[in-house]
Amino acid sequence: MSTSASQPVKTRKLGELKKGQTGTIVSVRGNPSIPADLVMIQRLLEMGLLEGATVELVHEAPFGGDPVAVRVRGSLVALRRQEANHVEVTHE
Amino acid sequence: MSDMSMDALVLVIPRIALAGNPNCGKTALFNALTGGRQKVGNYPGVTVERKEGIAKSRSGQTLSILDLPGTYSLDARTPDEEITRDVLLGRRLDEESPQVLIAVADATNLERNLGLVLELKALKRPVVLALNMMDLARSRGLDLNLEVLAKELGVPVVPTVATKKQGIDELLEALVLQYKRQQHPNAAEIAEHHEWRKPTHDEVRARFIEVDRILGLSTRTKANPTIWSDRIDHIVLHPVWGSIVLVVLLATIFQTIFSWATIPQDWIKQGIGLFGTFVGGLLQEGPLRSLLVDGIIAGVGAVLVFLPQILLLFAFILILEDSGYMARAAFLMDRVMGRVGLHGRAFIPLLSSHACAIPGIMATRTIENPRDRLTTILVAPLTTCSARLPVYSLLIAAFIPNTVVWGPIRLQGLVMFGLYAAGIFAALLMAVVLRSTLFRGPKPPLLMELPTYKKPSAVNVMMGLRERAWLFLKRVGTVILTISIVLWFLASYPKAPAGATEPAINFSYAGRVGHAIEPVLRPLGFDWRVGIALIPGFAAREVMVGALATVYAIEAANEESKVSALGEILRKNWSTATALSLLVWYILACQCLSTLAVTRRETNSWRWPLFMVGYMTVLAYGGSFVTYHVAVWLGLG
Repeated sequence: MSTSASQPVKTRKLGELKKGQTGTIVSVRGNPSIPADLVMIQRLLEMGLLEGATVELVHEAPFGGDPVAVRVRGSLVALRRQEANHVEVTHE
Repeated sequence: MSDMSMDALVLVIPRIALAGNPNCGKTALFNALTGGRQKVGNYPGVTVERKEGIAKSRSGQTLSILDLPGTYSLDARTPDEEITRDVLLGRRLDEESPQVLIAVADATNLERNLGLVLELKALKRPVVLALNMMDLARSRGLDLNLEVLAKELGVPVVPTVATKKQGIDELLEALVLQYKRQQHPNAAEIAEHHEWRKPTHDEVRARFIEVDRILGLSTRTKANPTIWSDRIDHIVLHPVWGSIVLVVLLATIFQTIFSWATIPQDWIKQGIGLFGTFVGGLLQEGPLRSLLVDGIIAGVGAVLVFLPQILLLFAFILILEDSGYMARAAFLMDRVMGRVGLHGRAFIPLLSSHACAIPGIMATRTIENPRDRLTTILVAPLTTCSARLPVYSLLIAAFIPNTVVWGPIRLQGLVMFGLYAAGIFAALLMAVVLRSTLFRGPKPPLLMELPTYKKPSAVNVMMGLRERAWLFLKRVGTVILTISIVLWFLASYPKAPAGATEPAINFSYAGRVGHAIEPVLRPLGFDWRVGIALIPGFAAREVMVGALATVYAIEAANEESKVSALGEILRKNWSTATALSLLVWYILACQCLSTLAVTRRETNSWRWPLFMVGYMTVLAYGGSFVTYHVAVWLGLG
């Protein structure tokens, strides 16, 4: 992750959050050359994981804390950490 | 009335379609609109349910209502979502496009639900927005200016509470008004087909920015978060407590299916027995009586006995689904199921299959990914269903000594447990094999909503049960009926010659087949008698007990003494190795026509049921072969 002055906001991936942590979504991105990524982004957006929204990681599944459940725009959404890593959030 | 005017009458019924996000109460609204006037079928070529019903407005207008599968957007990814998209866009040849749409939105979650509403509006068909679950939203403090909302969205808005039938008349009137407006000569023409392209990511973003703008203008007070739903989740989704809740819940369901279902099952058995005797009394001894009593009534009856288990299991599944728990169970089990390459959602179908594979396979519809779903369907019959129990009980009682192993644990119970464990192991192992060969592919992503808990609606559950019962009975009346007749014929003809001392079945086609396949069954420790009994046993597992009794010509006053007499005979005639081999055969073999029929229906091809029989027979043959020879080597031959 770059720490240069041009990027003053410290961010991290949603999949790296621990239970109870929150952040504001900065970007929802994937590799444009991977079709599965593009589909995933579309679905994440449709489920309300949109830039500017506040997101909180509220639950972790048993046996290793994956998948996780996040609260965003009034919905509780379950997803695996791998998929959650498409979402970049502010570090709080 | 002539045919012409009947057609004309059908044509003037306005076509309405319901569309909305999953979990927005769309099915409840459909039930409230149509009451019991529903027709459930399938879209040809896909296993997507098509539900249509008739509604009547207070002003006397009749409307045809089509319930479309729930979706988050028109950008479809599953067969269900494709149906919704294609019907709305007028792309399906077998479905006329709707004239007015009902966009259903969960009023407690407009931030997401209105996204689809905007997409529907862009189709340029008349839309009425039903703000459903309005009572919950209001109790959480939501205060909306409905006029502003309607004006900004550009569609009429009707608040509804589907589960309490509130707002239904108003919704119907709004639909009639929209329909009439559209029928007006000056109204703009609505295209039958609609050009549509997949939106870009930025268009999706823009859609939700527009949602936020509209909600900003029309919301006076925002809804408070649901505290009680969160509180439940703090226990139910807790890594430790959540797992305990899941286990206790499953144990309860399982126990209930086993103990409660036996009561109505006994009624059905007795009823069929009485009916058989009654019909038998009406007819002369002869082929017709034999066909009706031994063929049709006994054959169909053997399958009908599973109806209580199927309905009880589905009652649980529907209640759990309706309350919002099902998605949570999938969340909790995702990791465990992922180990064998299955989706979290495969857990419930596989568990259900321990009662009966038929409802288990029917329950796989919640699995989106076709590879995952097929894998789950194909391994489901390996789990120990209740139809195996009569055979397990017979063989264990006859061949396994009931010695104490340790404390309260006895050998017979341990063997029974081992048979269950072997079934689970076989299913999971097969899942790994299938997912790394035939259904190889990336692990499908998990992204699902965990809906707010709500009280399950009795009407929804009853409607769902009625649907399942009907699907099952229809199959019993067609496929199972046909097969019963065929099997009866094979076991009854040709007749035994006059003066024959051996049981009549030995002279029949089934008997001949039994003798013919003996060389194949020999290596498994089975003789031709087992071969004969396996033939009807192929239709339904538990029938084999009765078939063995016939082959060994056991005469007894009642069922109970018959089974114990059969146990005696088997102990004298079979080695322990043969019994063990047959037990393993029963774990692995696909001996259930209903399972094959339901697989045919759910996969829409004969390929998968045939594959199922094929791979399970190979497994069973291999398993029995090894078991028999190891047992003989150990001196049990």
